[in-house]
Amino acid sequence: MSTVMPLSQPLPPGPRPAERLPAPSDWTFELIEDYHRVIRATAARFGLDTYPNQLEVITAEQMMDAYASVGMPVNYRHWSYGKEFISTEKNYKRGAMGLAYEIVINSNPCISYLMEENTMPMQALVIAHAAYGHNSFFKGNYLFRMWTDASSIIDYLVYAKNYVAECEERHGLDAVEALLDSCHALANHGVDRYRRPSRKSLAQELAERKDREHHAQQQVNDLWRTLPRRVEKDGAAPEAKRFPDEPQENLLYFVEKNAPLLEPWQREVVRIVRKVAQYFYPQRQTQVMNEGWATFWHHKILNTMYDDGHLTDGVMIEWLKSHTNVVYQPQVGDRGYSGLNPYALGFAMYTDIRRICEAPTDEDRDWFPGLAGTPWLPALHHAMHNFKDESFVGQYLSPKLMRDLRLFAIVDDEDDEELEVSAIHDDAGYRRVREALARQYDLGSREPNIQVWNVNLRGDRALTLRHTQHNSRPLADGVQEVLKHVARLWGFPVHLESVDDDGDVTQRWAVEPKSD
Amino acid sequence: MLQQIIDRRLSGKNKSIGNRERFLRRYKGQIREAVKRAIDGRGIRDIERAEDITIPKKDISEPVFHHGAGGSREMVHPGNKEYVRGDRIERPKDGQGGRGKGQASDSGEGEDDFTFTLSKEEFMQVFFEDLALPHLIRTQLAEMPEWKSHRAGFTSDGTPTNLHVVRSMRGAIGRRIAVGSESRRELHSLEDQLEALLRDAPIGEKVSGEAIAALQARIAVLRNKVARIPFLDPIDLRFRNRVRVPVPTSKAVMFCVMDVSGSMDEGRKDLAKRFFILLYLFLTRHYEKIDIVFIRHHTQAAEVDEQNFFHATETGGTVVSSALVLMEEIIRARYNPSEWNVYGAQASDGDNWHHDSGRCRELLAEKILPLTRYFAYVQVAEEEQNLWQEYAQLVGVAPQFAMRKATEAGQIYPVFRDLFKKEGAQARAA
Repeated sequence: MSTVMPLSQPLPPGPRPAERLPAPSDWTFELIEDYHRVIRATAARFGLDTYPNQLEVITAEQMMDAYASVGMPVNYRHWSYGKEFISTEKNYKRGAMGLAYEIVINSNPCISYLMEENTMPMQALVIAHAAYGHNSFFKGNYLFRMWTDASSIIDYLVYAKNYVAECEERHGLDAVEALLDSCHALANHGVDRYRRPSRKSLAQELAERKDREHHAQQQVNDLWRTLPRRVEKDGAAPEAKRFPDEPQENLLYFVEKNAPLLEPWQREVVRIVRKVAQYFYPQRQTQVMNEGWATFWHHKILNTMYDDGHLTDGVMIEWLKSHTNVVYQPQVGDRGYSGLNPYALGFAMYTDIRRICEAPTDEDRDWFPGLAGTPWLPALHHAMHNFKDESFVGQYLSPKLMRDLRLFAIVDDEDDEELEVSAIHDDAGYRRVREALARQYDLGSREPNIQVWNVNLRGDRALTLRHTQHNSRPLADGVQEVLKHVARLWGFPVHLESVDDDGDVTQRWAVEPKSD
Repeated sequence: MLQQIIDRRLSGKNKSIGNRERFLRRYKGQIREAVKRAIDGRGIRDIERAEDITIPKKDISEPVFHHGAGGSREMVHPGNKEYVRGDRIERPKDGQGGRGKGQASDSGEGEDDFTFTLSKEEFMQVFFEDLALPHLIRTQLAEMPEWKSHRAGFTSDGTPTNLHVVRSMRGAIGRRIAVGSESRRELHSLEDQLEALLRDAPIGEKVSGEAIAALQARIAVLRNKVARIPFLDPIDLRFRNRVRVPVPTSKAVMFCVMDVSGSMDEGRKDLAKRFFILLYLFLTRHYEKIDIVFIRHHTQAAEVDEQNFFHATETGGTVVSSALVLMEEIIRARYNPSEWNVYGAQASDGDNWHHDSGRCRELLAEKILPLTRYFAYVQVAEEEQNLWQEYAQLVGVAPQFAMRKATEAGQIYPVFRDLFKKEGAQARAA
């Protein structure tokens, strides 16, 4: 992947077209081609660097299929995806939800789904949004570059699907289902946050699988050898030697490598779930940035196309209506309020960055000395490339935007009878609001921090996990259920300790493996 | 840069079907229960219909570690109207949205149960699962009266309508070539000789003149012979052959016999109705064509239409045998048992004119049971009267007879399953 240097300013438009693009509500393939050509040319003017685009027209039903399998065109079979499909279908049929207009897959080529039901202006919106907005984000953002391999994901999923199907055939549906259930329970704990994953092609993966199975088993055996290699009469006391040496945050990886009783095929399935989870890891951390980026660019591209004389007023009205819905932010206390809308926040932030670059106020110069007055295009690209939601908000949320959105922070402390407004959009509060919002997008504070703490190597082989509380927030119900899954994978007793900010264990759980 | 638009609309529909199957498989137990409840609860007339299945959310959730309520957290919200720093807000109650919605964001959507629609087919599949038609032993093929004609090659005789022209002509050509070849070969060589003689022999020579004459005579004979080979001979004719193969009969007739005397109240009729319709649905699984005959009776029996069968009310006493007599008459007149699979279902509250019950048993044992594949008696009342006792004598003696009691709507389904248990299951239970 080569990164094209961002343009310092937009390229000039091409020759003005003789007439605007036709705008019937029904699309045709030729028309999509025509629109796409102009969108592509316009995106190029802004230096959007994308994977090659593959546009696919699908039906609503296929869209629901795609929904159900976490947005991927192919995935292994599991009942939970069936459940997902059923509830999507139900909501859709009841009219409770519209389907998303688009799904875009972080792959190379980048696949964007255009739904058959969309009108031509909507298809144009989707192409600009997904095929150029998201696509360039996938290619540019550092998290995606680090954690995902766009060129191999589809192949890997095909492999995963076939492998799981093969396992079902060999070991029975029940065994595979139970294993997948357990892995899914830990899917969010399948990433090493501070270690870069190795990037392997599918061929490498496959070639290494055999070795890996062999090697992994050997390691496990070694770990669990009952005959001590050398009798340690004195010196280091056995309990002094910990395993693992350091706490491990990647539970699935730990299970894959060290669970005593897993068979090679089970380790491979654990690995598959882990790999797929890892692929989605960046998405969980860049929602605001990603959606905001795509929204900013469809807005910019389509407006530019209008200015250049390509789009009719009718097309503009139609996509603007959708755009307005997408970036609508209900206020706290409104009926439809459910937190900050990532589209709205992201769109507002990128727009605001551009404003700071082009028309900075004194306040902006104060807050963003390095940004104010610089060319906006490189600044925007820089922001997209090098941040995730947490740092993006921490870096770029401006006082003006906080005022515009009327952001305020509330502290909810369980020891306190009432909630307290800790900061609002005023001089005294800007920093606090911004920090609080940034923290809100920090995966570390959104998801409980659970790590492998210890394994009792000499005794009952029990695995101990440790939950380090964040702001003394406890775990929700269902811990016991998750631990059952862990115990199923581990094969021996599993303990979980919840440790508060002072390092005291406040709560314990224990689960024995079911002998089935 | 490669740009392409792909039309995927026709490919890969129902990609999730495998996932759905796995989902249904996982929740089979709950689904079965729900189907059972649905059958008890809903009007049976529209039993063959999709059904909403509800599964408790806790059964269907996939557990993951996440934060619970409590501890301390700071949330940022948009749209501040009135607050300044340090304001204190009353904590909103759980499950209530609204302002300062501190708690709710990651502790679930507060949705209660997972409801989805089981399609009609899936519903019926569950419903009929591990049921099998009793005594569905096909009558011997020889006794199967229904025939189907199949193509089976060609024969040398048949009716003109079945004549296969191409085959016949092909045969004729072969025959003509075969039969005439000897004569033709001789003819050709004689003709060659004649020509040679005519060319070489000096004109007017006597010997050659005779030889020529002889040759010409022989040639004429041969020509004649070849010409006499018929263009088409009866042995050339080929006819399409069709054979008749016996096919298993796929027609069934179901007799619904019900007591409509004064003692049968609406509740009891409703029970009976459920039983009949279940039987009907069950038969539709196995037979292509099903006739239903409704016979209702009090002291007299009459064949009626469905509306009258279920909804007309009568008063008076009960003579069950009248219905059985009528049933037999109808079978003999319209439903030859060699062509029809005859099923009987009788529902009654067990009330009968006491002298009549013995006759009922005899009628059933001697006349009706030999004609039917299965006859089920359901008593929709608890107390065992003489009809029950008489019928009870038949149980075990006649394999195609079964009887049960059902007094609540909820019992119909178990009774039905019981009656039509898979043979294997029955054997195991016995």
